[in-house]
Amino acid sequence: MKLKLHVWRQKDRQSTGRMVAYDAPNVNPEMSFLEMLDVVNEELTGKGEDPIAFDHDCREGICGSCSMVINGTPHGPSKGTTVCQLHMRHFTDGQDVHIEPWRAKAFPVLQDLVVDRSAFDRIIQAGGFISVNSGSAQDANNLPVAKGDADQSMDAAACIGCGACVAACKNSAAMLFAAAKISHLGLLPQGQPERRRRAINMVKQMDLEGFGNCSNQYECEAVCPKEISVGFIARMNRDYLSSSIFSKETGSASKSED
Amino acid sequence: MGWLRQTTDSSIGGKLIVAVTGLAMVGFVVAHLSGNLLVFGGPQAVNSYAEGLRKLGALLWVARIGLLVMATLHIVFAIKLNLANRAARPQAYAVKTYRRASFASRSMLLTGMALLGYILFHLAHFTFRATSPELAALGEYEVYQMIVLSFQQPLIAGLYIVSMLLLGLHLSHGVSSLFQTLGFNHPKYRSLVGSIGPILGVLLALGFSSIPAAVLFGLLK
Ligand code: HEM
Ligand code: FES
Repeated sequence: MKLKLHVWRQKDRQSTGRMVAYDAPNVNPEMSFLEMLDVVNEELTGKGEDPIAFDHDCREGICGSCSMVINGTPHGPSKGTTVCQLHMRHFTDGQDVHIEPWRAKAFPVLQDLVVDRSAFDRIIQAGGFISVNSGSAQDANNLPVAKGDADQSMDAAACIGCGACVAACKNSAAMLFAAAKISHLGLLPQGQPERRRRAINMVKQMDLEGFGNCSNQYECEAVCPKEISVGFIARMNRDYLSSSIFSKETGSASKSED
Repeated sequence: MGWLRQTTDSSIGGKLIVAVTGLAMVGFVVAHLSGNLLVFGGPQAVNSYAEGLRKLGALLWVARIGLLVMATLHIVFAIKLNLANRAARPQAYAVKTYRRASFASRSMLLTGMALLGYILFHLAHFTFRATSPELAALGEYEVYQMIVLSFQQPLIAGLYIVSMLLLGLHLSHGVSSLFQTLGFNHPKYRSLVGSIGPILGVLLALGFSSIPAAVLFGLLK
């Protein structure tokens, strides 16, 4: 099948980009979206043009590298899938396909469809860890965890940090990401000692990075390839507010140099 | 008090203030409607209710100042958050779609601003009676007469009805949304919480609009 692509092209971080139209005449419905772009890129390279830059790594939906907004929806039209797992059979012959990078002040475009997501790394560095030495693996059931908590924690831990939640949100808010990362540790016994500091610091870092605020439209949940529930955002709100009111933690966050 | 400043400056703390002040105003709006509906009981009922309210004295002023503080905080924080939200997305998408966001949730700033305009007019109109000499000439507790005289003018009645529809729209998202902001989201109650905003919004819009509509159609005179 044939597609008409409209792709965001931007030389580097400083340049202003624009949408450029390309014909993709040889699209096989069995291709993944990224394979389709690979084919387009081969043709571009053959013509001596710069290939379209995009992030990818595992191509099996687990690393969170791939990141593009397709016709206005992060990761494209299939629910619960990353764009590397999206197949061309979901498109129709002759369709116009608009491909854009994640749009957020906190995710500056580096080139074409590649954005800098290190703001997420800094949110994790602010508290998304457990700083006790866990030693070697314990005997099974030494540290009881209620089944419900373990399940919920695993649901939150499914977050691959791709940033689709930010891309989908009209406010470029990172609430679903931060909530998932705060919750998967906060639900487990190992996460308790640092629970309050974690909530305060990660939220502080998130705000400092320039992500927006939640409007409770739940667009993030609708596009999340791991279908993480906005229930975790409510949980983060509880955690953050009770930590702010009842704990002595003052919080720290820092902006790194660009 | 550094923690207080840090919390109110934060995204989640700012949302908390919008939600709590919004909830307080919802409480006021529900009470206000219950009082207003006394107009259907005739001049005696609503006028003596108005007189009773005025005679609360100091208590009335506590309520008024409280409401003023709530409204101010609500507006200041809502606008502050909204500006931050705009700054967070400097470059718009070429293709913009919504998947889940309701119409009401997308027009919160607009409906909110319209409500602010409405509230200012409403105060000038019924509280200060500054919009027409006819109203100013009425006795202090002749509230029934004031309502009827005003809403016999289709323009004023229409303005009130439209404003109350906007209030309903604002609350249809706002009331459901504030549960999430306050940290309440349980799978068992999710659909209930999702419906409570739209239900309350419709009930309030219908309840308030019934008064100008009744006058306009000659049921109250
Ligand atoms: C007077 C002018 C008003 C303005 C400018 C205004 C503006 C806003 C804005 C911008 C939001 C946030 C929406 C978002 O997060 O996307 C909001 C939320 C809300 N507003 Fe208003 N509003 C006003 C009046 C009112 C009134 C009179 C009430 C109640 C009777 C009310 C109740 C609420 C509630 C309950 C929320 C939801 C809070 C949450 O999401 O947690 N607002 N308002
Ligand atoms: S490339 Fe790893 S998730 Fe898509």
